[in-house]
Amino acid sequence: MNAEGMFRRQVEVALTVNGEPVEARVDAGKHLVDFLRLDLGLTGSHAGCEHGVCGACTIRVNGEIVRGCLVLTAQLDGAEVWTVEGVSETGEMRALQDAFVQRNALQCGFCTPGMLFAAAELVERGGRPSREEIREHMSGNYCRCTGYEAIIDAIEQVTSDQEGAR
Amino acid sequence: MKATRVGYWRADSVEAALGALRSAAGSAQLLAGGQSLVASLNLRLADETNLIDINGLTELEGVSDEGDRIRVGALTRHRTLETAPLVASSAPALAEAAVLIAHAAIRTRGTLGGSLAYADPAAELPACMVALEADIVARSADDRRRIPAESFFEGLFQTALAEDEMIEAVEVPKAGPLERQVVLELARRSGDYAMVGLVLRADVEGHALARSRIAYFGLGAVPVLARGAMSALEAGDLDAAVAALAQDLDPPSDLHASAEYRLHLAGVLLRRAVARARAEGGST
Ligand SMILES: Cc1cc2nc3c(=O)[nH]c(=O)nc-3n(C[C@H](O)[C@H](O)[C@H](O)COP(=O)(O)OP(=O)(O)OC[C@H]3O[C@@H](n4cnc5c(N)ncnc54)[C@H](O)[C@@H]3O)c2cc1C
Ligand code: FES
Ligand code: FES
Repeated sequence: MNAEGMFRRQVEVALTVNGEPVEARVDAGKHLVDFLRLDLGLTGSHAGCEHGVCGACTIRVNGEIVRGCLVLTAQLDGAEVWTVEGVSETGEMRALQDAFVQRNALQCGFCTPGMLFAAAELVERGGRPSREEIREHMSGNYCRCTGYEAIIDAIEQVTSDQEGAR
Repeated sequence: MKATRVGYWRADSVEAALGALRSAAGSAQLLAGGQSLVASLNLRLADETNLIDINGLTELEGVSDEGDRIRVGALTRHRTLETAPLVASSAPALAEAAVLIAHAAIRTRGTLGGSLAYADPAAELPACMVALEADIVARSADDRRRIPAESFFEGLFQTALAEDEMIEAVEVPKAGPLERQVVLELARRSGDYAMVGLVLRADVEGHALARSRIAYFGLGAVPVLARGAMSALEAGDLDAAVAALAQDLDPPSDLHASAEYRLHLAGVLLRRAVARARAEGGST
């Protein structure tokens, strides 16, 4: 095997994004958020720091939340990707989205899609996390506007409503 | 928009990955969780690189029972360390350490092998390997060797791995019935790399801590064993153990903390760790 020849600058991938099949040929170094925004026009996923720190790019791949800026599109052949556009359409995050609006948990909205995916994971676990636990779970998502209290209020509202409804 | 020119190849077997690593002769890197590597590509720290993606190699993933040891595959995600029952029962320090790494969305991807190969001096898992006396199983196209963790970490971001070797797995001795394991750290923000952290393992019998091992992280180029403190704990003397840290450790000063402050914190963590080990061992 020729070592140089086997490495591809461009890679073919077939995946699903928000339930729709997508086939593409991408630069090997292109991360998932650039692919979603620049190639597919899905601008709901945001890129802030692009080195894993801010959480703005948090989305769902194969059922788990990941940093979209730290996953290469080339790696996603066969993967299932959900972005904020997709989950808004299915309505699965309606309660969280409504709570964010009611509690003023966003101002500019840059951090919000990532916040929603991180928060949704906590909500799905069930139970009634304390504010401290919510804060710890959300500690990888930065917001430059709200001061965080409103975000925690919104998540707490959803987790306690969910528990109350049981 | 990224300037780094990247070549990509998805390996379909461990053998093929090792063959490619050898023939690339230093011009290619393994891509595991990508949580350090893709970040460095995005920051354009290199002009050009070739990636051997090992994420499809399921034989490198998972935890298995090997009698008196457990074997953890290199591609095992931090998230799996958090949740695997065999880790909780046999090497609980790994589960406790995993939760301290970054954030949930990073732990779903980041791997044990990537963390050990990257060898960040402030990382939790390398110190766990040293404290628990694990062996790192390194494999090349025609060889396999076991490297004791203490000699695996050679310097800042430097390991004993040769250019054509990958980490295949680690083997960790199972905790005995009297054994307690504690991982504690202090970081400025939750999920950040620690300013100071420690991994303590000991058999708790009454007040004495037998067979104790204390590995600090964030205090030097590699995980540091606090040998003076370890022997003081054998005699059950916690004050002497904390005093011995001044000889055992030579912490750096940087913008996160001064050397003096780090040494102070190292003592605080040791007292907390010993108190917890004794409490869990039924002694106070
Ligand atoms: C915001 C942020 C915060 C973080 N905080 C922490 C923290 O607090 N503590 C901590 O420990 N880590 C932290 N990390 C790093 C994280 O743990 C990484 O997952 C880990 O360091 C690298 O693992 P990886 O699987 O992602 O490796 P990759 O990024 O894929 O690879 C890292 C290096 O290891 C090599 N490599 C990978 N696998 C192997 C193998 N099997 N054999 C030989 N070489 C291999 C690669 O070639 C590369 O050079 C953080 C990361 C981010 C983005
Ligand atoms: S853009 Fe991915 S974490 Fe900041
Ligand atoms: S609302 Fe502006 S960054 Fe969070």
